[in-house]
Amino acid sequence: MALDQSFVGRSYPPTAPYEVGREKIREFAEAVGDANPAYTDPEAAKALGHPDVIAPPTFVFSITFKAASQVIADPQLGLDYSRVVHGDQKFAYVRPVRAGDRLTVTSTIEAVKSMAGNDILDVRGEVHDEAGERVVTAWTKLVARAAEEA
Amino acid sequence: MTESVTRPVPSKVAYSDVEVGTELPAQSFPVDRATLVRYAGASGDFNPIHWNEKFAKEVGLPDVIAHGMFTMAEAIRVVTDWTGDPGSVVEYGVRFTRPVVVPNDDRGAVIEVSGKVAAKLDDNTVRVDLLATSAGQKVLGMSRAVVRLA
Repeated sequence: MALDQSFVGRSYPPTAPYEVGREKIREFAEAVGDANPAYTDPEAAKALGHPDVIAPPTFVFSITFKAASQVIADPQLGLDYSRVVHGDQKFAYVRPVRAGDRLTVTSTIEAVKSMAGNDILDVRGEVHDEAGERVVTAWTKLVARAAEEA
Repeated sequence: MTESVTRPVPSKVAYSDVEVGTELPAQSFPVDRATLVRYAGASGDFNPIHWNEKFAKEVGLPDVIAHGMFTMAEAIRVVTDWTGDPGSVVEYGVRFTRPVVVPNDDRGAVIEVSGKVAAKLDDNTVRVDLLATSAGQKVLGMSRAVVRLA
């Protein structure tokens, strides 16, 4: 099923702010087994020049993917989510996400393609803090695998 | 709007001390079913292919597979443990080429990650190319990070 090409370039309104908590960062760092003290000890983070504990580099994906879900779930786009796999992921950081951040995400559809029966969707999420400064940009490529022939 | 704030990054590694080809210490990251359940909770990604064997097989997978974002989170640890400051990561991207299959036995799976400096860039940054394998097969492609050194 071809995706609706008119979605290319479409941007969605910024999400409600996500408040980054110290304990959520700790939970995530423990889940990936990463004992770097910059994630859990404010003094260790300050020694590295950060105002508070920082989040592991991929932490922000949970926030950007939730924002992208409003795109993915749009029935007009026509993406079969049951067949979706994560193709590529990239982040560009202005600074690390840190505890106390109130982050909003603006999602934009960069590309909609069909290749060899697979539907491919590229979504960019721009993450800004409360002051309106960009913190990180996330690019997510999703691939809906072609349905098998019956 | 100011785009970026310059701040000291006390990386343990000096730009002048690395060359193209410098190898980062390789690491092995074990992953079992409990790891995946924990990551699901911390990340909010409850897709059953990461914890329900019956479901995973019904959608054509060999068994339960690790979250791609879990593998991505582990791979960058080779970089952040090298520099000491996770805030040194400027860019990070991967392609999910092959799943990490996690059997329900006493061993689970292991993700092996190595990295080396592929290019010296401007502004004390280097590009690190990462190699991530599991069960002898490459699981990430185009796995690259740009990192700011001291």
